[in-house]
Amino acid sequence: MSTAPYEGAEHEGAEHEVVEHEVVDTDWPELVTTALLGTDRRPLPVAPDADPAIALLDRAALHTVGRRAGLLPGAAAPATPPAPEDPRPALPEAASHRLTMLLPAPGSNSGAGSLANVNELLPQYLAAANAHGYRVPAPLAPPLLDAARARSELRGDAVQLAGPLGRWLAERNPDWRYVLRTPVRGGSDDDAEDGRRLWQEGLFAERVTHLTRLRRRDPAGARELLAASWSTERAEDRLLFLDALQENLSSADEPFLESALSDRSKNVRLTAAELLSTLPGSALARRMAERARAVVSLAPSTAGPRIVVHPPTGCDAAMQRDGIPATSPTGRSERAFWLGEIIAATPLGIWAEDLGAPAEVLALPVSEEWAQDLHDAWARAAVRQNDAAWARALLAGIDPGAGTAAKLLAVLPPAERARWTADFLGGSQGLGDVFQLLVACPAPWPRPLADAVLRSLARVATGGGYPWSHSGVLGVAERALPPAAADHLDALAADADSAWAEMFTRLAATLRLRATMLSELDP
Amino acid sequence: MEDRWTPEHVLSLAPDVSSGKAAAKLSGPASWSAEGSWSAERSEGSVAGAAVWGECKGSGSTPYRTVVDLSGPAFHCTCPSRKFPCKHALALLLRWSGGAAGQVADGSDVPGWAEGWLTARRSKSEQQQEKQQERQQQREEAAEPEAAEPEAVEPDGAARAAAERRLARRSARVAAGASELEARLADRIRSGLADAPGRGYAGWGDVAARMVDAQAPGLAARVRELGAVPGSGTGWPARLLEEYGLLHLLAVGYGQVDLLPEQLAATVRSRVGFTVDAADLLRGPLLRDSWLVLGSRDSADDRLTTRRIWLRGHDSGRDALLLAFGRPGTGPDLALPTGLRLDAELAFHPGVRPLRATLGTRYAAPAAPAAAETEPEGLDLTAALDAYGRALGDDPWLESWPVVLRQVVPAPTAIGWELADPATAQSIPVDRRPVPDSGLWRLLSVSGGRPLTLFGECGHRGFTPVTAWYQDDGATRTLAVTQLGGRP
Repeated sequence: MSTAPYEGAEHEGAEHEVVEHEVVDTDWPELVTTALLGTDRRPLPVAPDADPAIALLDRAALHTVGRRAGLLPGAAAPATPPAPEDPRPALPEAASHRLTMLLPAPGSNSGAGSLANVNELLPQYLAAANAHGYRVPAPLAPPLLDAARARSELRGDAVQLAGPLGRWLAERNPDWRYVLRTPVRGGSDDDAEDGRRLWQEGLFAERVTHLTRLRRRDPAGARELLAASWSTERAEDRLLFLDALQENLSSADEPFLESALSDRSKNVRLTAAELLSTLPGSALARRMAERARAVVSLAPSTAGPRIVVHPPTGCDAAMQRDGIPATSPTGRSERAFWLGEIIAATPLGIWAEDLGAPAEVLALPVSEEWAQDLHDAWARAAVRQNDAAWARALLAGIDPGAGTAAKLLAVLPPAERARWTADFLGGSQGLGDVFQLLVACPAPWPRPLADAVLRSLARVATGGGYPWSHSGVLGVAERALPPAAADHLDALAADADSAWAEMFTRLAATLRLRATMLSELDP
Repeated sequence: MEDRWTPEHVLSLAPDVSSGKAAAKLSGPASWSAEGSWSAERSEGSVAGAAVWGECKGSGSTPYRTVVDLSGPAFHCTCPSRKFPCKHALALLLRWSGGAAGQVADGSDVPGWAEGWLTARRSKSEQQQEKQQERQQQREEAAEPEAAEPEAVEPDGAARAAAERRLARRSARVAAGASELEARLADRIRSGLADAPGRGYAGWGDVAARMVDAQAPGLAARVRELGAVPGSGTGWPARLLEEYGLLHLLAVGYGQVDLLPEQLAATVRSRVGFTVDAADLLRGPLLRDSWLVLGSRDSADDRLTTRRIWLRGHDSGRDALLLAFGRPGTGPDLALPTGLRLDAELAFHPGVRPLRATLGTRYAAPAAPAAAETEPEGLDLTAALDAYGRALGDDPWLESWPVVLRQVVPAPTAIGWELADPATAQSIPVDRRPVPDSGLWRLLSVSGGRPLTLFGECGHRGFTPVTAWYQDDGATRTLAVTQLGGRP
């Protein structure tokens, strides 16, 4: 409601004919006071035959018109520098309309559209637009910044697309302050000063993002940044910062991690130990290998060699310092638990030296009581150490419904993940087990996987299943099915009952919309 | 003549945010078939024709058939939407602006269903035009007494006499209402305004009702607003006294309306609430010009949506304001694309400073102005305030006056938004009441802190931005500041 007053708000030097001087010179505050109190109580000096109230209103009218007609510009606030030029090309026309459509209208709480899932498309749109190196058209910068304010997962891409204009706007609108703290991938925005400020003043999530990104670019720099403020960070923050070191982990990190083994917080100690265990050359890994060899050994028997397991009977101080808890948290037998911890933290390489290739090792008979524990621990080791050969061998003999399968799958190269999942789907009847496997597969899905998923969907549709019992799989499919699958979905819709037909039609619409959207970005 | 509009022109026609969005969504090739467009130069005394049509796949089995007569623009669609124009018409135009809906070689290639509507519309508007010309001729003839045919004038004369009696009766009632209002205002001033906040709306509600009874809706509206001033924050006594003064001036002015010069009397009558019949106006003097559509703004209360469309004449240099009305939920039935030129006749409503006008014959479809004339000429801040000041000299009840500002930089400051002239380091405040915050931020974004041309209303409360012209990649684009869903 409040507007800045005109400089000349009370300026009465009117250049306009309508203003007569003697009237304009009337003392306006005096008139207002008289009007407030009433001319009955506070007489206005007027000609003897005039009505004071009428005279006051006459003067008020003249004053008002004179004041309004005589307004002059005021002094401007000090000028600020304009937004820096953005050399990137603007979004193509059609893509720019698409963005208007995807962004929620001011004041509304959703993007329009029930036919296709717009909320799902916006993040893909932003990522693709950035991959092409576009900038947002100026009129769309404010609604884009508003959208990313409400959905923090959009911030990185939104801030990048908004570019220097977005930062300039954020300096002027407190609602968009987050832009100044959101790091931008690559580009010149990565200057060290900004990074330092972010690390010192940013919110926790922003600091984690910054550390993760710095780690990607400059592993040693990131470690040093963390080490410098390590002792003053809160325990739960230390834990997550430590997690950020997982990327680009190398033997250079060993001294820092070794020192973290004596951390005040147990969870920090465990994480440090876990990280060290994935460094095959680390002292911790060597200590673990020693322990592993003590509990797992090869023994000859009449039926050929077999693995003999003698789990530890206690957890000494050295083991505890290396991240093995003294008591089992799950209630399982402590010996089995310690066995698992040791094997999972042992470099898988030693088994090749001692026993042979992964598939051969896994084929060896193990003393009955400990076989499952040993195999589970190897699976954990394969995931932790990102060992594709072991993951492949383990997957060959595993129940894919178990959570471990998805984790092992993630260790394989993307194309192999899709192939493995497609094969699995081909031989299975249900969709219930595959949700996590599908999430682990790369998007868009390669043709064989897409076909396998569609066949499975068709099977549950005709088998009387309900679409909503498969919302997880349908959700991933919406993100990951290739556009070419749309026609196939139409065919499925034609044969399905109404609930499934609606689901297939909607899925097809989303795929087509996404294909159009992406082609508009690449005209 | 293949002069296609830009998407921003098209979207400036959208009645609301959701229509614009829905249209953008529908503008993909998958939804459309049987599209085409056609345009013909003006020939043999007929108006140049230009139209776009297409079939849009809807939820039902038969597609919607959409036709746009670009010379209106006028819209026709078989969909049940009450929005005007509907999303299908907008989507069709978006596609056309993007190069779809190729031109057919000649008029006979227009599909029958589109042709039918177009022809019906054309002949209707031609009939109107003829009738209008006839009437004008009659009037001119009637002005020469000896030419008047007594037989023809008799019944007309009787009707006119009856209308004059009705007008006289109404004038008397309004005069009584005005003088009552004058007395009420004076009474309040005698007893003092100090208790106004306690009275709130109640005190003025019955006075407003009496003004409605007196057939003076203009007075009634102003009276109603008086009730709101005491609650408007610091400084209310001065603001209230200003409104009292202006209302007093209007009531007194109407009391002497017969003594006022003709134009001023017309202004006073229109402020009091007398309306002018559009058909009558169109029989009077008309101004044909190439009108640049400066911008438009919708405002709605619970009874009515009002659309204001401002125009500026290329040759006359005159500004004009068209008003269109619609019921809530449906757009007003007039939409003109911002930034285009319209070759048309306008009839101005009488007044000392005519601004409001009625749209008469349109001679061609709206078209883009010459490149050098894309942006309208603007004034600096002092000249803009001066323009408002001069207009006030003619019509003291004006809240604002349409003005194009040149080279202003919008900026948020601690006490509100301002428009600054970097050359003089001066500024005027933004009157943001009719402007959504999101519109101001978009204005700031397209400016990026650089000067731009801005059309809006300049008044005593500040400047209300309507349309901005800004540069993007070397092209001049327009931004509808008050329209939420507008296109980039």
